[in-house]
Amino acid sequence: MKISAIITLKKDVLDPQGKVIHQTLDGMGFKDINEVRQGKYFEVDVKENDPSKAKRIVEDMCKKLLANLVIEDYQIIETQ
Amino acid sequence: MKSSVITFPGSNCDRDMDVALTKFGFKNKMVWHDDNELPKSDLVVLPGGFSYGDYLRCGSMASKSKIMQSVINFAKSGGLVMGICNGFQILVETGLVPGVLLRNKYLEFICKNVFIKLDNKDNPYFKNLDKDVFEFHIAHNEGNYFCTQDQLKEIEDNNQVAIYYCNNKGQTEDQFNPNGSIKNIAGIFNKEKNVLGMMPHPERMIDQSLSGEDGSLFFKNLINNIK
Repeated sequence: MKISAIITLKKDVLDPQGKVIHQTLDGMGFKDINEVRQGKYFEVDVKENDPSKAKRIVEDMCKKLLANLVIEDYQIIETQ
Repeated sequence: MKSSVITFPGSNCDRDMDVALTKFGFKNKMVWHDDNELPKSDLVVLPGGFSYGDYLRCGSMASKSKIMQSVINFAKSGGLVMGICNGFQILVETGLVPGVLLRNKYLEFICKNVFIKLDNKDNPYFKNLDKDVFEFHIAHNEGNYFCTQDQLKEIEDNNQVAIYYCNNKGQTEDQFNPNGSIKNIAGIFNKEKNVLGMMPHPERMIDQSLSGEDGSLFFKNLINNIK
């Protein structure tokens, strides 16, 4: 089944790309923005049909490779 | 003295490092990332470059490659492991040294000479050097050193900061910080000081006619310290 993981920078970590995107959007006329944070999205098709087991596998991947927990948080989403 | 330089797919400073180590008396071997065994070494170097195209996070893929388990074991048994630039990024991804390297603060690739100041010489890399400020070269997009406040306290309490960015007089004000690194940190040791990660390239400063001689001083001193 397909499991998704969203990786985002932790709140205290500077996100210069997000800042530039914010400024650009602002320049385009999108004036109602508090903040933009950029992240990463992964879709992993796991050979496992039990949702909780599949989520645990992807969570393990996040901890070991997909995210760097010093600077990033992850969020697991079941997509299928 | 024997050294090993690990070549990952995308490394591009591995041969420069080989030239530098050989010039100052190391018997150097190039080791492929897919090998299991590290040759007998007094020093292992993870070179600069763009291993695995900097995919996911710089150094993250390389840190999981086959040879790295041997490198980690070598480091944990007290062996000298030095990571330069992408090598530093690989070291932080293995967890051998604390922190991470984020994208440069002003989102630009920086390629220039910088001055660095040694913080402490009570380690195999810098002991016996008779000056504190060196001119090395940097070339990176992700050199912005970051760690949590708790990690920073631990790093400072254990004297793990290896080098700071500074000016030619050794002043470490914010204006001499090229990339936004916390406290101008350019290089870090592990607790035991046998693992060194740094963004600046000493191997690019080994010839007066091409660049400068500060790298020569570093390598000459390093081999004498290891002997």
